[in-house]
Amino acid sequence: MPDPATTPGPQDRPVAGPAPGRSDTAARIRDGAPQSEKDASSAPDHDAVRPTRGSGRLIGGTGRVPSGTVGQSPIRPESEAKVNGAFDYASDLAFPDMLWGNTLRSPHPRALIRSIDTAAALALPGVAAVLTAADVPGKLHYGLIEADQPVLAPDQVNYQGEPVAIVAAETLDLARRAADLVTVDYEVLEPRCDADEAAAAGEYFRYQPVRIGDPDTAGAAVVVAREYEVGMQDQAPLGPESGVAVPVEGGLVLHVATQWLHSDLDQIAPCLGLEPERLHLSMAGIGGAFGAREDLSVQIHMAMLAMRTGRPVKMMYDRAESFLGHVHRHPARMRYEHGADADGRLVYVKARIVLDGGAYASTTEAVVGNAASLAVGPYNVEHVSVDAWGARTNNPPCGAMRGFGGVQTCFAYESQMDALADALGLDPREIRRRNALARGDKLITGQVVDAYDPDEAPAGQPFSPLRDLLDRFDGIPVPPVPAGRDIVELPGGTGNTTHGEGVRRGVGYGVGLKNICYSEGFDDYSTAHVRLELGGPEHGGEPVAYLHTAAAEVGQGHWNLQQQIARTELGVEHVVLLPNDTRAGSAGSSSASRQSYMTGGAVKAACEAVRELWRDRDLADGPIEATRVFRHRATKPMDPVTGQGESHVQLALCVHRATVDVDVELGLVKVVDLTCVQDVGKALNPVALEGQIHGGTAQGLGLAVMEEIVTDAGRVRNASFTDYLIPTILDMPPMRLRIVENADPDAPYGLRGAGEPPTLSSTPAIVAAIRDATGLPLARVPVRPEHLTVGRPS
Amino acid sequence: MRVNLHIDGAEAVAEIDRPGESLLSTLRDRLGLTGSKNACEQGECGSCTVLLDGAPVCACLVATAQCEGREVKTVVGAVPRPVRDAFVQCGAVQCGFCTPGLLVAVADLLDREPDPSDPEIREALAGNLCRCTGYEKIIDAVHTAAATLAGEPR
Repeated sequence: MPDPATTPGPQDRPVAGPAPGRSDTAARIRDGAPQSEKDASSAPDHDAVRPTRGSGRLIGGTGRVPSGTVGQSPIRPESEAKVNGAFDYASDLAFPDMLWGNTLRSPHPRALIRSIDTAAALALPGVAAVLTAADVPGKLHYGLIEADQPVLAPDQVNYQGEPVAIVAAETLDLARRAADLVTVDYEVLEPRCDADEAAAAGEYFRYQPVRIGDPDTAGAAVVVAREYEVGMQDQAPLGPESGVAVPVEGGLVLHVATQWLHSDLDQIAPCLGLEPERLHLSMAGIGGAFGAREDLSVQIHMAMLAMRTGRPVKMMYDRAESFLGHVHRHPARMRYEHGADADGRLVYVKARIVLDGGAYASTTEAVVGNAASLAVGPYNVEHVSVDAWGARTNNPPCGAMRGFGGVQTCFAYESQMDALADALGLDPREIRRRNALARGDKLITGQVVDAYDPDEAPAGQPFSPLRDLLDRFDGIPVPPVPAGRDIVELPGGTGNTTHGEGVRRGVGYGVGLKNICYSEGFDDYSTAHVRLELGGPEHGGEPVAYLHTAAAEVGQGHWNLQQQIARTELGVEHVVLLPNDTRAGSAGSSSASRQSYMTGGAVKAACEAVRELWRDRDLADGPIEATRVFRHRATKPMDPVTGQGESHVQLALCVHRATVDVDVELGLVKVVDLTCVQDVGKALNPVALEGQIHGGTAQGLGLAVMEEIVTDAGRVRNASFTDYLIPTILDMPPMRLRIVENADPDAPYGLRGAGEPPTLSSTPAIVAAIRDATGLPLARVPVRPEHLTVGRPS
Repeated sequence: MRVNLHIDGAEAVAEIDRPGESLLSTLRDRLGLTGSKNACEQGECGSCTVLLDGAPVCACLVATAQCEGREVKTVVGAVPRPVRDAFVQCGAVQCGFCTPGLLVAVADLLDREPDPSDPEIREALAGNLCRCTGYEKIIDAVHTAAATLAGEPR
């Protein structure tokens, strides 16, 4: 049984100080990269560090600078537990007298439920409860933005995998067998699976246009019009959905692995018919998230079973159920028309964007807002007509995944920029440079690009953050084709499919623009409580800071960062993280690349408050405490007709250059190099930051060449790691990073959110490189072998 | 049926009631040894990698009934300290769910090949999925661990 005081283990641990010299050097010498690039890849670009306003004093009340502060890379507080097997993930939890829950899901994408017979399941020895929609104690529906998703399907199912009944039994095996014994009489209906048709028929969660100028009369020297498609990607976190509901006096304790505890609480309590005070949510260890843990999964079901049986109930999805049990990235169909003058400067853009939201709302509304507002990327254009829909269909529900509406349009607009460059004979970087937004320019929503220090530009010109990033590739050559390669280094690898005769090399660029934090007028905030007290003998009688937040550590390194901030602001060595739970105020979600900004900002503010109080007080007289709620600057909704409005908090840019080898005879692709230049404002923890860029880049590679949930008439065909491919270590190339620090003066320490932008830009860069190698237009991701071989020009 | 196992240096007895019960299920659900992770139960992800009589296997693909009298080493017993330290120090651990399986696979690799090249590392770890890191820092960690182990008496 986990100790509630220590699970999952973000405790005070000795700080090892900055990580020792990385072994990249050795690895990269073998990769043949020149020395200057190794340096760039292993350390932030300190030449680019700009002073930040409001960054606070680095020395706190002790007058000392401890190790492991902001800007360094101390080891993570939870990492020892993660390397010795002791870290308790949600799926590792066990309690005495615990039952196992299981979910019966609809096999049909659309059907009426005529009747449900639970008698045979209940009769199975060892089965404690079988519940259906009739047993939901409170409200029948929940949802992140709109409560439209049934806890259990009442009379109709709207997607394959929709929960219909839940079972609790003595073992997981028994619970599964009992679920199989529940008989549901369905009247199967024809599913609506075409998002375009649904949108045209008025079946959509949101329609958002953007209108500026008059694209229909704006004259252009060159026009490119293409249609693009993005497949349905899955977050595929390795930790399965899991949790335990434990009945306690007067209520329930829920051990959950979620991205946002308080949003869970707000959705769970009404469905259970309980006052929120009777529920305590405690964060269990999270095995990755990437958006998949924004919507509820096991939470209400296990709570219902625990309430019914009076015993702890654990639920844990297997991989197949996980694929059905969380939302995915919206697949998209997009028609883009770009017009440019003879110099390649954009004159107008028209875009029609249809995102498939599937059966229920989830976060589709916000995803559509991002897709529409970022529809042309970081480029200047005066005449724009964008129409974006989030359609309602009987396909799997789609919602949050890293990149959140920015990924789909990025693939389209970057493909369009390359098509224009081709038509005009321009270098792909040059056409982007000519159109790059600069400080003072406007997004298509009318939002002015600010938050860059104005005096950073070369003489007379406003600073362009994108031109800055593009120019940095000048010093990073494309890796040469090595002489005398082993055939395992070619596409096909150990399959021994070629000796290189059909292998062509290609290079491509991709630029991603992502909004950071929650947009469109959302009241986005985070809360932190800090208590500073004199420690006992275990802390040498020195001051100890206790931090309490509800922020989810999903693997990004947020616990570590909280400790770094407290050390920086208070000057203390010892920082203890209290378990994340709903006793703390809301931290908002670990999503939208926002947690460093928001909960980092809250911890910083609370520490600053404690530091001020500490000036006039002696810790020997008692602890000093402060709670602070941190908000970013206010944003506005997009105008429903014109799309205009200062809807975003912060913008972040990332540029990738991909180098690929393609076997044009077999359609096999090997990405041989990914070089990334990203503006992070301020590198708060360089090692963790690099890990975010590497990981985000890998998920973009997955979308480019392998990852897609394949559906057929609403049914998922590949709900397993055998059939849904995510990049292995053999698929990933060496990644070279150049981290740029163009500070945002409005953000804590000048930071820019960093987790999502690389996921946007790596996909179009890789596809551009494959186009360069093959000469094929390639308008769909993931690119499959048959796209490269069927109809290939001879 | 009763199966006797040697797990991480200790004797263990498992009473299993299904002949097909996997070693992973026995470790996690019956014996409470949750260091080995369950992420796919299809042998695709490697999160449950253990050493069975010294050979790396996916515990989800091995029947416990086959393991009578055999030696099982999990992340707890299979991994030299320098390998763990290298993962921690190099930033090779993010969410950490893949880490126990990766550590066992790396321990096996370094036992066979004390100074592996990048291609050798990639080949050896191709059966271990990681969704967080893009693998770059895992490769760093293997080199770091190899260097540390080379400096220690073997």
